[in-house]
Amino acid sequence: MVEQHTVRSFDAELELLGRHISEMGGIAEKMLADAMDALAGMNAELARQVISADARLDALQRTVEEETVAVIARRQPVAVDLREIIGALRISGDLERVGDLAKNIAKRAAKIAGEGRMPRAMVGLKSMHDLAVMQLNDVLDAYAQRDAERAKAVWLRDAELDSLEDSVFRDLLTHMMEDPRNITFCTHLLFCSKNLERVGDHTTNIAETVFYIRTGRPLPNERPRGAASTDLA
Amino acid sequence: MTESPAQETASPVPESETQPLPQQPVNPGAPAREALAGAALPLKMSVRNLDFFYGDNQALKSVNVPLYDRHATAFIGPSGCGKSTLLRVLNRMYDLYPGQRATGDVLLDGENVLDPKLDLNSLRARVGMVFQKPTPFPMTIYENIAFGVRLYENLGKADMDDRVEKALRGAAIWDEVKDKLNASGLSLSGGQQQRLCIARTVAIQPEVILFDEPCSALDPISTAKVEELIDELRNHYTIAIVTHNMQQAVRVSQYTAFMYLGEMVEFGETGQIFQTPRESRTQDYITGRFG
Repeated sequence: MVEQHTVRSFDAELELLGRHISEMGGIAEKMLADAMDALAGMNAELARQVISADARLDALQRTVEEETVAVIARRQPVAVDLREIIGALRISGDLERVGDLAKNIAKRAAKIAGEGRMPRAMVGLKSMHDLAVMQLNDVLDAYAQRDAERAKAVWLRDAELDSLEDSVFRDLLTHMMEDPRNITFCTHLLFCSKNLERVGDHTTNIAETVFYIRTGRPLPNERPRGAASTDLA
Repeated sequence: MTESPAQETASPVPESETQPLPQQPVNPGAPAREALAGAALPLKMSVRNLDFFYGDNQALKSVNVPLYDRHATAFIGPSGCGKSTLLRVLNRMYDLYPGQRATGDVLLDGENVLDPKLDLNSLRARVGMVFQKPTPFPMTIYENIAFGVRLYENLGKADMDDRVEKALRGAAIWDEVKDKLNASGLSLSGGQQQRLCIARTVAIQPEVILFDEPCSALDPISTAKVEELIDELRNHYTIAIVTHNMQQAVRVSQYTAFMYLGEMVEFGETGQIFQTPRESRTQDYITGRFG
């Protein structure tokens, strides 16, 4: 960050905000990783842990909201300070949503844990998950370093996740057509892939926010999308 | 990094709409339009390559700044940066002191204010000034206003009454003093005295009004009234305001100039200066990271 404020307690308040965002980022990452492990490993117990972890993320988001309102009231921030604070508010909202999406995956994992079917489609879903986690990881690093270029790179890579979602969609459809008994199981996985795609959208939101905090400019309105993306749900 | 007002003229508003200037306050929620107007705004005053010296001490270094017609321009910067000095040059207040001199151009409607042949009385009638501390004359409220008017104009009793009332109304103080116009100006509260001084300035019917920290001695309610008044006044006058209160600069001005150590560091649309300043020194100052 830039030079210190003359009023030191202002710096302390901004640091605290940043710390809470990092903590939220850590929790969201872990929830996402655990949710996928629960899904792939048919582990209902792990799925339940993911579901219960979400409460902490929600509480942190409320804390960040209260802190941002208090800092604005106390300091009347302008320029980069104002962008920092508004940025923290936005990012906390996105991370809270990532937690909800991980929780949704975990809920489906708990539901299908007993079914024991492992169609090849899980492979595609795993690649989507790995990419989504890597993107989230990268954008949180970009935030920690206030690195606009790195944020922009994350933002551009989201198109890959969109096209992966397309191929997972086609795979799952094939499995369902091959054997109707796969339909329930595959439908759950379809929703999981949608959830992972939404995680990517929140990641690009965060990338846009980081870029804005650093430069004062927005990234273009049009987010890059995968070719011929099927608009599901 | 940030867009200049000139780049925003691409917006499809016909040029005719920017002339004449809007008489109503520009909607603060429409910064793009404000900047758009900025591109086509006529200059009221223009400071060019201005150097200023207190004896051997150079207080202003090659300062350039425009004052746009019927808009408010705020001057911000740490103490001693030269902003009050600049204001005192705009109506040649410094002339009252020996050993102070200015070189460069200060144009008022194209005419150089620094020209030694210029009639100072008529200059100060055109460019009025309101000071940090309220400075009412030890006279009645009525006379505080009429006194200045008589220096420039010879009005009959009815016309003078009319002018005094208009000035007091214009300074948003009429309702508070209309029943005691013969009371002493010194009997008013600080905030009222300041508005009386603004009325006194307005009564002369100037074209430009300079405010040198007009609210620094006032409580928040009086400050709000003066700010509201400045916002109203800029429909009719070109305004320059020096202030240490940055929130005040954001609230009352459309353009902001940041000065440091006698130099003009950055001038721009107020929204741009406080959201995405171009210069790191501006950013450090407005975010409280200076020194």
